[in-house]
Amino acid sequence: MPYETDYTNQGFTKVGTRVNRPDGVDKVTGRAKYGADANAAGQLVGRVLRSPHAHALITKIDTSKAEKLPGVKAVLTGKDFPDLTGGNRGLMDILENCMARGRALYDGHAVAAVAAIDADTANKALKLIKVTYKQLAHVTDVDEAIKPGAPIIHDWVRTAGVTPAPTTASNVAQRSEFGHGDVDAGLAQADVIIEKSFKTEQTHQGYIEPHACLATLGPDGSGELWVTTQGHFTFRNVCASLLGLEVAKLKVTSSEIGGGFGGKTHVWTEPVALQLSRKANRPVKLVMSRDEVFRATGPTSSTSVDVKIGAKRNGKITAATAELRYQSGAFPGMWAMFGAMTSFACYDLKNVKSVGFDVLVNRPKVAAYRAPSAPMAAFAVESVVDMLAAELGMDAVDFRIKNAAKKGTKASYGPVYGPIGIGPTLDAVKNHPHMKRKLGKNQGRGVACGFWFNFGGQTCTDLNIGVDGSVNLTVGTVDVGGSRASLALIAAEELGIDYEQVRVTIGDTNSLGHNDTTEGSRGTFSSGMATIFAARNAVDVLKQRAAATWDIPVEQVIWEAGEARAKGRQNNNLPPLSLKEIAAKSPRTGGPIAGHNEVVADGAGVSFASHMCDVEVDPETGATKILRYTVVQDAGKAIHPDYVEGQFQGGAAQGIGWALNEEYIYGDDGRLQNAGFLDYRIPVCSDLPFIDTQILEIPNPNHPYGVRGVGETSIVPPLAAIGNAVSNAVGVRMTHVPMSPPRILNAIETAKE
Amino acid sequence: MEVQLAGILSQAAGGARCVECTGATIGELLQSLVLRYPEMQMHLDEGVAVAVNGEIYRDRRDQPIPNNADVFLLPRIQGG
Repeated sequence: MPYETDYTNQGFTKVGTRVNRPDGVDKVTGRAKYGADANAAGQLVGRVLRSPHAHALITKIDTSKAEKLPGVKAVLTGKDFPDLTGGNRGLMDILENCMARGRALYDGHAVAAVAAIDADTANKALKLIKVTYKQLAHVTDVDEAIKPGAPIIHDWVRTAGVTPAPTTASNVAQRSEFGHGDVDAGLAQADVIIEKSFKTEQTHQGYIEPHACLATLGPDGSGELWVTTQGHFTFRNVCASLLGLEVAKLKVTSSEIGGGFGGKTHVWTEPVALQLSRKANRPVKLVMSRDEVFRATGPTSSTSVDVKIGAKRNGKITAATAELRYQSGAFPGMWAMFGAMTSFACYDLKNVKSVGFDVLVNRPKVAAYRAPSAPMAAFAVESVVDMLAAELGMDAVDFRIKNAAKKGTKASYGPVYGPIGIGPTLDAVKNHPHMKRKLGKNQGRGVACGFWFNFGGQTCTDLNIGVDGSVNLTVGTVDVGGSRASLALIAAEELGIDYEQVRVTIGDTNSLGHNDTTEGSRGTFSSGMATIFAARNAVDVLKQRAAATWDIPVEQVIWEAGEARAKGRQNNNLPPLSLKEIAAKSPRTGGPIAGHNEVVADGAGVSFASHMCDVEVDPETGATKILRYTVVQDAGKAIHPDYVEGQFQGGAAQGIGWALNEEYIYGDDGRLQNAGFLDYRIPVCSDLPFIDTQILEIPNPNHPYGVRGVGETSIVPPLAAIGNAVSNAVGVRMTHVPMSPPRILNAIETAKE
Repeated sequence: MEVQLAGILSQAAGGARCVECTGATIGELLQSLVLRYPEMQMHLDEGVAVAVNGEIYRDRRDQPIPNNADVFLLPRIQGG
């Protein structure tokens, strides 16, 4: 570790300002290049044939007619993807998800692919591929999938996490238990106990840009991939493993990204595009349709959760327990485990137990979605917390403050917390003007808390100073939310130069060492740390050049306000040398001036948020309008407050859509019925109020600037905050997300009965 | 030192929620854990995180572990 990562409470002149984003003009003028915007000479069009069945044996695939169609250059089926995974089950799941191997596991599962000279020919070729299916029984509901007699998705799956290990196949892939203390004893001490069950439906990240890539792979095993992704280094490693390539021979370049939110941390069609290219020996461009994005990429889990919490009359929780069932699609996942880990993380509990069950169903392979699994657990837990407060006659915010986790609390998932921000976010909510707004008829207010881990990981950064003093910062974390502006601010702060002097580039996989994917709210945290150290590395070089110029020991040189200054009375006659002056002389003082850093940026610091919202529910139609919404979250240190607020607002907006409208709807035939934005309704501007934000800055002790990740936590509380608000507005506890108009009307009618 | 095993990781130690291990760093601790519980290797290959006095480390194997530290072995977190 070349530099100390501890928080130092340094002062800032650039960090914390609201500068214009460097990619803004390109994006609003259409100059920015996204996944589908790259082209290559001689490129082919790739298309994928997908299963229309939820679960079926593929008894035969006849591609002969498609192969004979003029203009078709390659046709692939599962047989064209040999098993190179070396027994790695996780890799095999990815491979099988990219292309079915004898069995279609969900509606939309890829069964064949073609590359042709144009889209018309490719589409005709798909129609000429004859697939013979033998339909199998299917199951798409998480609760149905664990009932005795449910169709078994994989006969090789034995429930992990159970002792002794089971000997028969099950759709429960994994059981995960967390907690401490004695829940039964705790509940026995409670004066009031609330127990309730909840369901949430499956949602998609809803990124506007579909998956798209341009793949080139030659017979020598050298290739290039231009792709919309959150992690081009990870894509390179996974594609190389699946296709038997040397990592260094596959260059992956990330395009601008039109949203990812976790859905672009996984490969879907990219290995197929590369394999088509290898077979055709031509570049292949493969762009998913919206229908394909819904049916065949990774939405989040649908869930079924039971929660039980007990408390004393004085408002202190004595015990809490939850059982969480999350479906992971047709392949094993660990999504229920994350739900179990996060469910009670906001609270200081002596007796707590959460058990997660990851369940297989005939749906697409579930992928991460912004603080994956936490929103559904929070919906259930925060709903019961509200019910408990009401039963005790306590204000819901005061009840949460009384039970909030703090420094020294043993987290429900195990470790002891350091300095954390849940208490301060609740205090801020309590004192916020929003809470004083008077509610009208059919209106309700809801509050909820949320938690997410955040993490850092492997990071590698280069900083190069040009002879004119301009700075090129190359990072390997894809910019999904404005990180280029933040990282330029950090470089400018460290070097003491103007923000406008720094240009940040996302380097391809051949230009930097490995960088982990932009996930876990790590982009600005980890690349920010590496940028600080790379800049300090460059400052060391700048000081050496100044020392050499002055012919004094480097120990007598300090770096202040963007210039080298000679210390000591003996050096009073030496005028400062600015970065520009040193850079201009660099060709004759030792050559290029650069800084570099590779770091494992651990210690990301957990994150908490508290949200409040006011809603109005039309009792005739069941439609809900969000009247006011406020996000309070701890950012550690907001490098660029605009983009921190943007993350807060974006998470809340997605949560509002999830809470009120969005859901995958499967028919009895196991086919997805609403694979498009017309029938899968994400919120538009007219659905949303201005989302107010309040940034708290409780420094992360493990980052020089105190930064915590901010990208994910903001989606955790909305389902619960809106659930509590709607429940308060209609006088009936809402237990099923989304709280669409029919569900709200049904809840009101059922309550009347 | 005592190492708490969270979630599915305890299965690799025969269902124990807490085991005795040695190691001055996270890397040494994990080595000692695998020597005692070979089934743990599968989880290490898939990735784990180690919480030392509340700080979660996913990758840093050279991180020192102070005496009497509160040590938790956790499944590796994914993000979105």
